[in-house]
Amino acid sequence: MNYFIEQTINGITLGGLYALVALGYTMVYGILMLINFAHSEMFMLGGYIGLLSLKVLSDPSLAEDVGLGFLEPAQAFFNSGTIGFILMLVVTFLVSGALVGVVGMITERFAYRPLRKAPRLAPLISAIGISIFLQNAVLLWVSSKQLPYSRADGTSFVPVKTAFTFMGVEVSTMQVLIIVTSITLLLALDTFIARTRVGRAMRATAQDRDAAGLMGVDVNRVIMLAFFIGPALGAVAGIFNGMYYGSVKYNMGFIPGVKSFTAAVIGGIGNLRGAMLGGFLLGIIESLASGFISHAYRDVIAFIVLIVVLVVRPGGLLGESVTEKV
Amino acid sequence: MGWATISRRATQMGGGVFTDKRALHAALAVLIILIPLIFQAATGLGFLVRILVIVGIWILLALGLNIVVGYAGLLDLGYVAFYAMGAYAGVLLGQATSDVLGGATYWVMLVPGAIAGAVTGLVLGFPVLRLRGDYLAIVTLGFGEIVRISLSNNILGLTNGAAGLPRGTEVMVPPFGLRWLQANVRFDTPLGDFVFSPNLYWYFVVLGLIVISVIVINRLDDSRLGRAWAAMRENEVAAAACGVNIRTQKLWAFSIGALSGGVAGVTFAYVQQFVSPESFIFMESVFVVCIVVLGGMGSIPGVIVGALVIRGIPDLIQGLAVAGVVRLSGATMSSITSYRFLVFGLLMVIMMAFRPEGMIPSKRRARELHPEDDAVLFDESLALEEVDHAGRSSDHGP
Repeated sequence: MNYFIEQTINGITLGGLYALVALGYTMVYGILMLINFAHSEMFMLGGYIGLLSLKVLSDPSLAEDVGLGFLEPAQAFFNSGTIGFILMLVVTFLVSGALVGVVGMITERFAYRPLRKAPRLAPLISAIGISIFLQNAVLLWVSSKQLPYSRADGTSFVPVKTAFTFMGVEVSTMQVLIIVTSITLLLALDTFIARTRVGRAMRATAQDRDAAGLMGVDVNRVIMLAFFIGPALGAVAGIFNGMYYGSVKYNMGFIPGVKSFTAAVIGGIGNLRGAMLGGFLLGIIESLASGFISHAYRDVIAFIVLIVVLVVRPGGLLGESVTEKV
Repeated sequence: MGWATISRRATQMGGGVFTDKRALHAALAVLIILIPLIFQAATGLGFLVRILVIVGIWILLALGLNIVVGYAGLLDLGYVAFYAMGAYAGVLLGQATSDVLGGATYWVMLVPGAIAGAVTGLVLGFPVLRLRGDYLAIVTLGFGEIVRISLSNNILGLTNGAAGLPRGTEVMVPPFGLRWLQANVRFDTPLGDFVFSPNLYWYFVVLGLIVISVIVINRLDDSRLGRAWAAMRENEVAAAACGVNIRTQKLWAFSIGALSGGVAGVTFAYVQQFVSPESFIFMESVFVVCIVVLGGMGSIPGVIVGALVIRGIPDLIQGLAVAGVVRLSGATMSSITSYRFLVFGLLMVIMMAFRPEGMIPSKRRARELHPEDDAVLFDESLALEEVDHAGRSSDHGP
C-alpha cells in the first residue's frame, strides 16, 4: 500500500511536469493545427538556462565573474534557507521563462509564419528541423555530456530534501514544489484564458482564425503570445525536471516531449483543461506501470496509451470529435 | 521522368555532350560499375567501397520511405522500426537455419526480412492509417520507439538486448560465392592489387536491389495504385469521392514502404555481420526523412542524390580521416557529425520556406507544394501536363 501511495505521488509529480509541457503543445495545436515538434527543445533550453541562472544566483564569485556582483546581498538571502531558495527559484523561472519564450517567438516568426498557407506537412517538417538544430546547437556549443544540476560545491540546490511524511511515505521538497507550482500555473493560465480580453482573443483565434481577424483581433500577436506562454511554461517544467532528476542533457527533451504531446492528446488536443487532465493521468499511469509492471517498459506503456487513445478516441477525453472540413 | 524530359529538352536545343538519353544512361551505368572497381584496386582507397555500400543501403531506405512520404503523402517518423524488424528477423532466422542453408542464408533471408517489414507495416497501418497526417507522424514515432526499446530490453529473450546479435562467439555465414571470389579473383593493376573484397560483393548486391526498387517504383507510379496515391495526396476528400478507397491505398503504400525497409534491414545486418538496437534510434528515422525531404519528395533521382549528399559526404570525410588521408582530431570528427545535424536541421527549415519540393523535385509534387502559383500558372501547368504525358509515352513505348 505504501508503495502504491509512493508511486502515485511520483506519478502526480511527473504529471505536473507533463501538464506544463502539454499546455504548450495544445495551445499551438488549437490555433495553428501544428504539432510544434520543437516544443520539447524549449523544455530542454529551460533546463539549461535555469541551471545557469541558479548557479549565478547561488554563487557570489560566479556572479562577480559575469558582472552581476551587485547581487551579493540578495545572494546571502537566497542561500539562507527554504524561503530564500524559493525566491531564487522564482527569479530563475522569470528569467528562463522570458528567454525561452523569446526563443519560441523567434521560431514562430521565422520557421512557422512563412508556412501558414503551405500544406500541413511543411510546418511539421520545419518544426522537426528546428528541433534537430536546437539540440545540436546545445550539444556543440554548450556540452555533449550530462551536466549535474547542482551548486558550485556539488550539493543540490534544494536545502531540505524531505518536506513531510504522509501515511508512512516520505514526500520530497521537490515533489511538493513541482505539484504546487504546476497546479498554480495551470490555474493561472486557465483564468487568464477564460477571463481576460487577450484570453478571449486567443479562444476566438483558435475557433476561427479568419473570423477572429475580421472582428479586429490581431491574429499574429495572439499566435506570438501562444508561442511565448507555451515555451515559458515548458521552461519551468525543464528546470523542475533538471532539479528532480539531478541533471540536464542536450537530448533530454525528446521523450518527455513526446509524452507530453501524448498527454495533450489524451485530454483532447486544443483543450487546455484536457491537457492538464491528460498530463496528470499519463503521469500516474506511467508511474504505476513503472512500479507494478516493468520499469524498463514504462516508455513503451506511455506510447501504447498514445496509440490506443488516438485509435479509439482521437478527440481525447474532453475534446469533441471534429470531422474534417472540406 | 525528370531526366527523360531534361535530355529531351537538351536534344531539342541541340546542346550538351549527350544528345541521346540512352548515351547518358549508358555512361552513368559504366561509371557506377567502374568506380568501385577502381577504388578497390587503388591502394589505400578500398574503404571507399565500404562507404558506397552504406550509402547504398541508405538509398534503399530512402526509396522505401519515399513511397510512403513522397507518393502517398504520409509522414512516417518511425521508419527504422521496419528496418529493425527486417534486420532482426533476418539474423534470428538466419542463425537458426544457416546450417542447412549455408551460403544461401542471406539470399533466403531476404524473404522473411521483407515479410517481417511488410507485416509490421500492416499491423501498425491497419489501426492508425485513418488518423490525420500529423497524428500519424507521432504514432509512427511512438511505434519506432516501442520497437527500439523492446529490442534493447531483450524482448522474449530473443534479441540479446543492447549487446545485439549474433551472440558472443557466433558468426554469420558469408553469402554465396563470396569465398570463391575472394580466393580466385585477384590480379595486379597499375593502381595496386585488386582483390575481390566482401565490400565489393555487397556493393553489387545493394546496387542490384536499388535497380530493382527503382524499376518497381517507376512501374507503381504509373499504375492505378500510383494514380490513386497522387489523387489522395492532393485531395483526400476529392479522391474518395472519385472512388479511391483511401484506407486500402494508404495501407498499400505503408506496407510496400515497410517491405523495402525490411529488405534494407536484412542487407544491413548481413553487411555489418551484426545488429544492435543502437542502429535503430529515432535520429536514424529523422535522417531518412531528411534525405527524402531535402532530396525531393516523390522524386527518385532526388532521393538518390539526397542520400549521396547527406549520407555520403560526411561519411566520406570521416572515412578519409580514419584512413589517414586527411588529419582530423577525434573532437573534430565528432563535431562533424553534430554540425551535419545542425546544418540539416537548418536546411529543413529553409527548404520548407523556399524550396519545399527539394533539390531535384518531382514536377507534379513541386506544383502541389506551390499552391499559390496555381491560379496564375494554370495555363502553363496544363502545358507542362502535356509535356509530362509526352515524356511518359516516349519513356515506356507505345
